[in-house]
Amino acid sequence: MIEIDRVTKRYGAATVVDDVSLVIPRGGVTALVGANGAGKSTLLSMIGRILHPDSGTVRVDGMDVARTQSAVLARRLSILRQENQVAVRITVRELIEFGRFPYSSGRLTGEDVAAVDRAIEYLQLEEFANRPLDRLSGGQRQRAFIAMVLAQDTGYLLLDEPLNNLDMRHAAQAMSLIRRMAEELQKTVVVVIHDINFAAYHAGRIIAMKDGRIVADGPPETVVSPSILSDVFDIDVPVHQVEGHLPSTSAPPPATAPSRRRRPQPCPARCANHPLMRAPLPASLPRHRHRPVHIKAVAGAAMIYRWGTAR
Amino acid sequence: MSGAPAAPLASAAASPGLFDWARSMNGTALTVAALALLAAVSFASLFIGVSDVTPLDLLRWDNSDHQVRVFVESRVPRLAAILLTGSAMSVSGLIMQTLVRNRFVAPSTSGTISSASLGLLVASIWFGSASVFLKMSIAVAFAMAGTLLFLALVQRLRHPDIIVVPLVGIMFGGVIQAITVYFALRHDLLQSLNAWTNGDFSGTLRGRYELLYIVGGLTIVSYLFANRFTLVGMGREFAVNLGVHYERVLYGGLTLVACVSGVVVVVVGSIPFLGLIVPNLVTMVMGENLRQVLPATAISGAFFVLACDILSRDPALPL
Repeated sequence: MIEIDRVTKRYGAATVVDDVSLVIPRGGVTALVGANGAGKSTLLSMIGRILHPDSGTVRVDGMDVARTQSAVLARRLSILRQENQVAVRITVRELIEFGRFPYSSGRLTGEDVAAVDRAIEYLQLEEFANRPLDRLSGGQRQRAFIAMVLAQDTGYLLLDEPLNNLDMRHAAQAMSLIRRMAEELQKTVVVVIHDINFAAYHAGRIIAMKDGRIVADGPPETVVSPSILSDVFDIDVPVHQVEGHLPSTSAPPPATAPSRRRRPQPCPARCANHPLMRAPLPASLPRHRHRPVHIKAVAGAAMIYRWGTAR
Repeated sequence: MSGAPAAPLASAAASPGLFDWARSMNGTALTVAALALLAAVSFASLFIGVSDVTPLDLLRWDNSDHQVRVFVESRVPRLAAILLTGSAMSVSGLIMQTLVRNRFVAPSTSGTISSASLGLLVASIWFGSASVFLKMSIAVAFAMAGTLLFLALVQRLRHPDIIVVPLVGIMFGGVIQAITVYFALRHDLLQSLNAWTNGDFSGTLRGRYELLYIVGGLTIVSYLFANRFTLVGMGREFAVNLGVHYERVLYGGLTLVACVSGVVVVVVGSIPFLGLIVPNLVTMVMGENLRQVLPATAISGAFFVLACDILSRDPALPL
């Protein structure tokens, strides 16, 4: 569990993160969204002890990150920032081996080698394992760095804009990989992300920040709404929901449309009070499918929710 | 890549063929071969000089023999000094380039060596009667201070461009040198200054080079920390994520470099650009993982200085 208790960070007169308290339980993908300068990355860096808060504390599994030995934390939590992905001339394998540094300080044991092999296999990097980083494409390098934090084998994974500089295909792949890591490997992933569509599709929880404060927090179905998004981004964001398999290009259905359909089956998680649940669903959808399967960007900030069948 | 300022580590020339070739070789076998070559050339260098010393003279070991005395008093110290200096200066250049994340920053382009020379001058002017060890400590302290000043200067740069950083370092070194020359002139020490600060192995004699074993020790220490240096070279966030104390390793590494520079300047004199060229050539071929590259850099540096020494000895043979 990550507990953030009244954390504040200032740069001179500017307060970047303003008295934020937050609890992120174990498991699942949590997305931090917000405009540039909203304090998302700063907050993430403070959780990952790269920055120190001016006041407040951050605890990971009960350990105060400011007081705990950095090497101990490195086995619990890893943080990957876009900026540090330098094209250094070391091979992919050497990079991934550095992920084991917190365990063996560079003298790899058999266990370390096994972890490195697993990470390479999980990200399908066998082909590139002996290639230097400066001869990889952006997407390949991204995967190499993710493999490194995977080899680091931490329960918590903090990712700062992992989709930067990736084209649509690679971004989609990276994001489903991140989700797969949360689901298959039981990791707790906190990801700073700009693309609301990806956040809504993959995250179980979205935390929206503005001017250093949290302005919305909840499952995508509640946070991804025109009113909240226009408040967060200061721009009108129509949210289109896609029903069935067909993207609807018409206006979004009114959230308060009278419900004519059958009562939704109780949802296992999170969307009991889902505003979109009150929207009429086509008869072809026999019962409520809880997960918005795909959200696709139309021009600009417009979005389409695809209310798909369960997979 | 969005991290524009983080890019400088990328080498000027990527040479995929060479890299793959170097990596496909058996690392241990390559190291052994390089060491054997170094040993052979070292052996040959022991018998180059004005006095004819042959291996046969050594077989008839006679302490009163002139040849044996030349060998023990001059040739062996000379060789040891060359090997220690060459490897240590190259390795400290490699460490500095990695830590500062700039392939053009070395002790000679960051004011470190100039500051050490100033330290040596200050020690000679005001602590003339002090022991060599104290003078050396003063030179090391100056080297460290100069390096930190250089870092502070660079951090204030508005555009810390890959070329601008070493240019600032060279200018900074120039200023330090000007100050040094000024004081040397005032105290009538200009000639001595030249004699001290020009790298020179012809005067290396038994009893006057042993402090260099310190830099040999420091080179071994730096090998133990090679992984940490690589991690720090990949950026603060990268290092912190893996539980490495970024500041500690950064300043520890720079202290190591300052110590090596200080000792070498006091004992041998400054050898400019050794720490710049050798690590660049080696990393160009072998990549930038210090654990892998550091031994090769040390061997190449020793070999480079040894070869230069033999070449320079040929036309004008001193003792």
